[in-house]
Amino acid sequence: MSGIPDWFQRLYDTTGFNLTVFYDPYDWGRYVAGLRMTLLLSVSTILISLVLGALGALLQGGPSRLLRGLVHGFVVVFRNTPPLVQIFFFYFGLGTLLPATQTASGLREPLLSNVQWAIVSLSLFAAAFNVEIFRSGIEAVPRTTVEAAEALGYTRAKAYLHVVLPLALRICLPALNNNLINLLKTTTLAYAIAVPETLYAVKQIWSESQNVLEMMLVLLATYGILVGILVWLMHRWERALRIPGYGR
Amino acid sequence: MSGEPRPRALPVLLPVLLPPRPPAPPRLRLRPHHGVALGLAMLLAAQAAPAQAPSGAAPLPALDVLIKWAPLLLTGFAFNIAISLLAMLLGTAAGLWLGLALLAETRALRGVAWLATQVFRNAPWLVLLFFVMFLVPFQVTVFGLRIPLPDWVKATGGFALPVMANVAEIVRGAVRSIPTTQWEAAEALAFTRRQTMWRIILPQCLKRMLPPWMNLYALVAMATVQASIVGVSEMLTLTAQVHAAEGGRPELFAPLYGFALICFFLYCYPIDRWTARLERRFHVA
Repeated sequence: MSGIPDWFQRLYDTTGFNLTVFYDPYDWGRYVAGLRMTLLLSVSTILISLVLGALGALLQGGPSRLLRGLVHGFVVVFRNTPPLVQIFFFYFGLGTLLPATQTASGLREPLLSNVQWAIVSLSLFAAAFNVEIFRSGIEAVPRTTVEAAEALGYTRAKAYLHVVLPLALRICLPALNNNLINLLKTTTLAYAIAVPETLYAVKQIWSESQNVLEMMLVLLATYGILVGILVWLMHRWERALRIPGYGR
Repeated sequence: MSGEPRPRALPVLLPVLLPPRPPAPPRLRLRPHHGVALGLAMLLAAQAAPAQAPSGAAPLPALDVLIKWAPLLLTGFAFNIAISLLAMLLGTAAGLWLGLALLAETRALRGVAWLATQVFRNAPWLVLLFFVMFLVPFQVTVFGLRIPLPDWVKATGGFALPVMANVAEIVRGAVRSIPTTQWEAAEALAFTRRQTMWRIILPQCLKRMLPPWMNLYALVAMATVQASIVGVSEMLTLTAQVHAAEGGRPELFAPLYGFALICFFLYCYPIDRWTARLERRFHVA
């Protein structure tokens, strides 16, 4: 397996095209660690935002006027402010107001680390969009379908669980798809609070090895592949859940 | 199925048995003044914080700090708006052509345009911003004439790239949504393909493209704060500097960044509402 590092080392020696990540084990380690952090951020924020989004959509359709108003306010505020400012607001603004403990060496140790704050704020950001997406999906289920379910003797809860939700999920899947891809791209903003994700790791590598162009290309390719994988998975899911008789 | 008798009427009879349902209560709509109220509440909450802080040199309360620095911060915000408008202008101009290339009849041109669209649409905006900031020189020499490229110009270019790709997709989607009969009718009237596109198809697309285009603009306006990461002195950079100038007190973080949140909210929320209204009006069934 030493062929690949040797090849990239030779590429550097002969052409000056310096892809350190592929022959320097230290840089490779940093790159992989960054990739792993990006994956951790994406997977955890996707899952949390889906749960929060479903919860929000449920409350939006609920009877309590106060809860509906609160959810609507949450959606409006988080959709119309920059995600980066949200991250700063959470990490610097709320993070410093929360109680903190001290480490053994006397350093201030906040309640939530920067990674955890990044997950919290990115999840809330994506959840605001998910609420709207799920709600529009639920609203798009034809009334007649619900009435037909009731005619078959379904109770309201059962009809919601077995008829409305599966249909709503299929209807809102394309929009959900878009939002989750957007979320994957937004994880780069965690760079701003020094979360060591891919962009951060790559920046460290290029500022030490002076190979900005090469690492930029690696970075673009990395995100291209990550987004590609997510798009492929979601499209497969979309096709598997396709409703016969709808769309093309 | 157990033959347990149902204690209540069949659900299908409910609409008949129940009294008519009152109309759904109006959905709570937040107006800009709610945002202002929220911001004031945040500021008031922040006022309470200095009471706990050790009062060594009697630091200014958060509200006074904000009033003192608001002109500077708002200048930064205006800079954000300027960057977003310029990026939108550049990106739309380039994206229109890229979108037309996506629909071109030449296979090779279509392929190239497709690749460019995918790359710039799927890469994170921050990565594209880094791309432009680090790879474009700070000045270019054209025919011996040195043109300096300050960092905000480069940042504008960095935002224009994803705008271009998104506008291209908007154009393609809108053109695709025009009924085929329009093309056929134009052909029957002996219009060339170019004439059909510019005189018949694109004018019809305009109003369909408007809502997604405005949506994109709101995204660009919110994305401009990312320029602070690469050191352009826009609002968020200034906010950090103001915070440092006020002694870096931790209780100032929430009001200062809250102020930035409010500014963007007040700018983007009307766009969002207007977009929603236009979407309803131009809804294509």
